[in-house]
Amino acid sequence: MSTFNKRQIRRLVLMASFFVPLLAQAGTPDANRQAELKHLLIQDCGSCHGLRMKGGLGPALTPDDLAGKPKESLVATIIHGRHGTAMPPWSALLTENEAEWLIDQLLQGVSP
Amino acid sequence: MKKIFLTPLLALSLTACSLSGTQESALRGTGDLGVIIERADGNVLIVEHSNNEILARVEGLGDLSHASVVFSRDARYGYVFGRDGGLTKIDLLKQRIDKRIIQGGNSIGGAISEDGRLIAVGNYEPGGVKVFTADTLELVADIPATALADGSKNSRVVGMTDAPGQKFMVSLFDTGEIWIIDFSDKTTSEPQITKFENIGKQPYDSMLTPEGRYYMAGLFGEDGLAMLDLWHPEKGVTRVLDGYGKGEQPLPVYKMPHLEGWTVADDKVFVPAVGRHEVLVIDQKTWQQKDRIEMIGQPVFVMARPDARQIWVNFAVPDNQYVQVIDSETAEIIKTIEPGPGVLHMEFSPRGEQIWISVRDRNEVQIWDTATLEHLYTLEADSPSGIFFTNRAHRIGL
Ligand code: HEC
Repeated sequence: MSTFNKRQIRRLVLMASFFVPLLAQAGTPDANRQAELKHLLIQDCGSCHGLRMKGGLGPALTPDDLAGKPKESLVATIIHGRHGTAMPPWSALLTENEAEWLIDQLLQGVSP
Repeated sequence: MKKIFLTPLLALSLTACSLSGTQESALRGTGDLGVIIERADGNVLIVEHSNNEILARVEGLGDLSHASVVFSRDARYGYVFGRDGGLTKIDLLKQRIDKRIIQGGNSIGGAISEDGRLIAVGNYEPGGVKVFTADTLELVADIPATALADGSKNSRVVGMTDAPGQKFMVSLFDTGEIWIIDFSDKTTSEPQITKFENIGKQPYDSMLTPEGRYYMAGLFGEDGLAMLDLWHPEKGVTRVLDGYGKGEQPLPVYKMPHLEGWTVADDKVFVPAVGRHEVLVIDQKTWQQKDRIEMIGQPVFVMARPDARQIWVNFAVPDNQYVQVIDSETAEIIKTIEPGPGVLHMEFSPRGEQIWISVRDRNEVQIWDTATLEHLYTLEADSPSGIFFTNRAHRIGL
């Protein structure tokens, strides 16, 4: 599985900085939405990344694996997907804020 | 969040089992038994479809996201392939784990050989195939997949099925290959491997015709399927439905479709489109596209009732609360039902008069009548996913 090259990262960061102001909604998701998002993360993201985020068709997303990767580019990956790979764009189902909240969960480590 | 559901019956049988072990002494067959995966907690339920009952819960099978099951030819044992590389042999009569090993880091599915003596597992991590004796789970062969161009690791292996002639078939997701792994030479445990390269981008799963002749891999990275005629492997892999969505912007695929068994009805093959809310219909005589059926979402499983009169389809998020039923003759949707959020899998009773549907977020397995299309019964299960009945033991490619 290929990882980001520098150009892609720059492009995604650029895209992210363009979209953030457009999609930004106030604050973090409320408690109800957080529960839904946690469910989505484990069940739906988990169908490719593993229920324990240890990888599958998609790469592992444990705190160790994500350490040092720019958060904006990870958020952009969730929102826009990665063309030519199985990672789909989630913009129809998730806002930028929600994607960011998901990355925060992943960085802290999630368990089913 | 986590709820433990025990039906009174289940509680009873568990008690019976743990107190006295008397289960062993009661004579019974296994032809109406099955296994349901409880996804999150690493448990499986042993069920019986004559009376729509849960008989027991077997615990301790590890990470069962994406787990699948094959059965021994005496239909007494189920082999459960877990996401975490676990391979667990379950005794359906004694209702306990017979043997369990961790055979790899991350696996996707497996198969049992035609003679019932070998179990093969396709692994993501480390990418390759491992083969074990069915009775004791001892390693027989370890076959690494092709290394990626950058040498970092081996291709992930998908689409594992058995095939006639003591063979296993696999597809290589990252390197776009189909392999025939042939164990027919009984003088050696070394298989003979035939490799077909450049079969298409990212094969994600496969299926085999009921008589074991055609192996077909669905492609994720391009529109089409790769097909191999096992009666004439020398003719190589051919492409079917090439570019089926030409010129259309694909929709996001939030969950990989599955090809399970061969959904052939009335000389037509029904397969999920990738990135389109459609079921594609292929004419089996010409291998040309015959029809596209517009569906409510991205199809995941497209399964023919055993008599092939109906096709049942479930969907990826955000439409995974629905199931649609297609009339195989007219290729029209005859009913859309809504079992509830998180429909993950379906399994027909052996003759097809009922279908069991796992509804993950309701913690239910629902049993529907396929003639009236009505919901009959509900069993409680904890985050159920795959449902597997023992009649699979006697079907090629399952
Ligand atoms: C259909 C399969 C699939 C699903 C579902 C999926 N992903 Fe992915 N994801 C992938 C693949 C494949 C990649 C690797 C892409 C590549 O090769 O660059 C990936 C990459 C990522 C990355 C980048 C990782 C890195 O190290 O750069 C993140 C973050 C991510 N996914 C998060 C998610 C989240 C969050 C969800 C659920 C909302 C999700 N994914 C659902 C397949 C999937």
